[in-house]
Amino acid sequence: MIELRGVSKRFGPTYDAAARVTRGIAARFGRPQKSETVHAVDNVSLTVARGEVVGLVGESGCGKSTLGRMVAGIMPPSSGEILFKGRNIATLPPDAAKDAKLKVQMIFQDPYASLNPRLRVADIVGEAPRIHGMIPPGQFDTYLDEQLRRAGLDPAFKRRYPHQFSGGQRQRIGIARALAVQPEFLVCDEAVAALDVSIQAQILNLFMDLRRDLNLTYLFISHDLGVVEHLSDRVLIMYLGRIVESGATEDIFGRANHPYTQALLAEVPRIDARKRHFTAIKGEIPSPIAPPSGCHFHPRCPHAMPRCSEEAPVSREIAPGHHSACHLNDRR
Amino acid sequence: MSATLEVRNLRTHFHTRAGVVKAVDDVSFSVDAGQVLGLVGESGSGKSVTGFSIIGLIDPPGRLAGGSIFYRGQDLAKISEREMRSLRGNRIAMIFQDPMMTLNPVLRIDTQMIETVQAHVNVSKAEARARARDALGMVGIPSPEERLNAYPHQFSGGMRQRVAIAIALLHNPDLLIADEPTTALDMTIQAQILAEVQKLTAEHGTALIWITHDLSVIAGLADRIAVMYAGRVVETGEAADVLDHPVHPYTHGLIGSVPSRNHRGERLRQIPGMTPSLLSLAPGCAFRSRCAHATDACAQEPPVTETSPGHTARCFHPVSS
Repeated sequence: MIELRGVSKRFGPTYDAAARVTRGIAARFGRPQKSETVHAVDNVSLTVARGEVVGLVGESGCGKSTLGRMVAGIMPPSSGEILFKGRNIATLPPDAAKDAKLKVQMIFQDPYASLNPRLRVADIVGEAPRIHGMIPPGQFDTYLDEQLRRAGLDPAFKRRYPHQFSGGQRQRIGIARALAVQPEFLVCDEAVAALDVSIQAQILNLFMDLRRDLNLTYLFISHDLGVVEHLSDRVLIMYLGRIVESGATEDIFGRANHPYTQALLAEVPRIDARKRHFTAIKGEIPSPIAPPSGCHFHPRCPHAMPRCSEEAPVSREIAPGHHSACHLNDRR
Repeated sequence: MSATLEVRNLRTHFHTRAGVVKAVDDVSFSVDAGQVLGLVGESGSGKSVTGFSIIGLIDPPGRLAGGSIFYRGQDLAKISEREMRSLRGNRIAMIFQDPMMTLNPVLRIDTQMIETVQAHVNVSKAEARARARDALGMVGIPSPEERLNAYPHQFSGGMRQRVAIAIALLHNPDLLIADEPTTALDMTIQAQILAEVQKLTAEHGTALIWITHDLSVIAGLADRIAVMYAGRVVETGEAADVLDHPVHPYTHGLIGSVPSRNHRGERLRQIPGMTPSLLSLAPGCAFRSRCAHATDACAQEPPVTETSPGHTARCFHPVSS
């Protein structure tokens, strides 16, 4: 359904005219300017099949949100192609591109920041379908009520403002807004991270119901391995802009191959663990401005060898549908 | 051995214009030396206010409305602010959720740490600095001597939280209150902090109150668990008892809400509705509007009953599992 081919996203400072002149002069006099580019997403390829739930896991700064935003069409990639149903969105004619983009919607982490506080719920949810002319006139109210009810909200509240709702209900408004344009693909960026445990369970159940009822496909971005394991068919593990391991959920959680994945899984707090001894993976997450050479994980990796700091490992298939990017696999 | 901390019938109320908010309402628990108590609850359950009450950081319109907080036999609810100051940061310390709010952004780390040392012991600046350096080293900050000269913004989130922990540990407190200190941190960093804290309670016999909404962190860390709902402790007991055989319907629902590997892809056992506003709390059990077992009896205040030794619940209809 969605395919990414070698997608990268780089963020760099933008220079005004004066800065460009001074940098040009400095460069002429032999003082090279240091690069300040952040490689947020570095040559990522992935496919998501129709009806699939793909979990994307990573720690802060690994580029998972940037990747999600590119998939959702909010941000153009710096290089690479994003294909929706086999067609490159960037080269489609405007009308077709708009239709394709409407089919991919996003749900955001912070239900407080992602809703316009000055709009009533009816406008937040109804604006997009109205502007895109998706609803025949006269049926608008019925359509709106149906959208709200599907997200678990009482349509009687549609004249209210976001501040009159709790966090969980706000997240439902965000979900109703995304579903109102009849998408086929949802990008959920930490959509339950800000919610309390009991509310989080309600929203996760809602996601599962919607998937069944509307045949939705999800890219579910989260740092919470428990949530991802619960929901996903397939899991991608990301570290500093690269996907280091991908595979079916059972493979990732049962037979993790990459040392980073193994370390993550060892540390995930589990409710069935009792008075365990916490051990910690050493070191900090490096800055994406100056990532370590070769394999980005090598400074923290217990199995690092000289080659790891020189050469970035390529992702190879270690079992059917299970990919990992680690030099250790070459020895086997 | 008597408990390091014993909280009895603690009430902390906030007198707002809209009415009295009973943020903490009749809370009792105790923590022994070297023990970890997990104080679990969702937002608004009063778990943080309980922590603030113990360390005496309740500001108006809030005030302690009743109960006692015995720290080594001394009632913290009755001592003067001057006496409290000599304990706070010295024998009793607290770590907060957001390390950026704990540290002063315009002062170097050494200034802040030396100040904390000298506030409680009469030592030279050089000696205070040495203690600060040792504390940083103990929480796993590389090259502590150089890092003392850094400002808070020069640290990452995890390192900042370590600095905050180092400050809390400067005087080897007997009681440490940790208010969701790892919520804002990444998984690998959270595990590092948990490892440090665990080492600390084992080596120094510090009594630890770990306040959190995350049952899975508590499962691996705590000896005892107290579950709070709407200002009350609804269930307490040994960690294994509470997690494996929860008796209060709320605890039951909370555990069912956590995705675990045994139930992949199944619907989670969710609790319907949402947490009630503490302003308009009707008498009786606060959970009854969301509870599947509720009956007319629940409109009365449920008594605290001991369902097994050391395992108590505040419920008329305890769930057997």
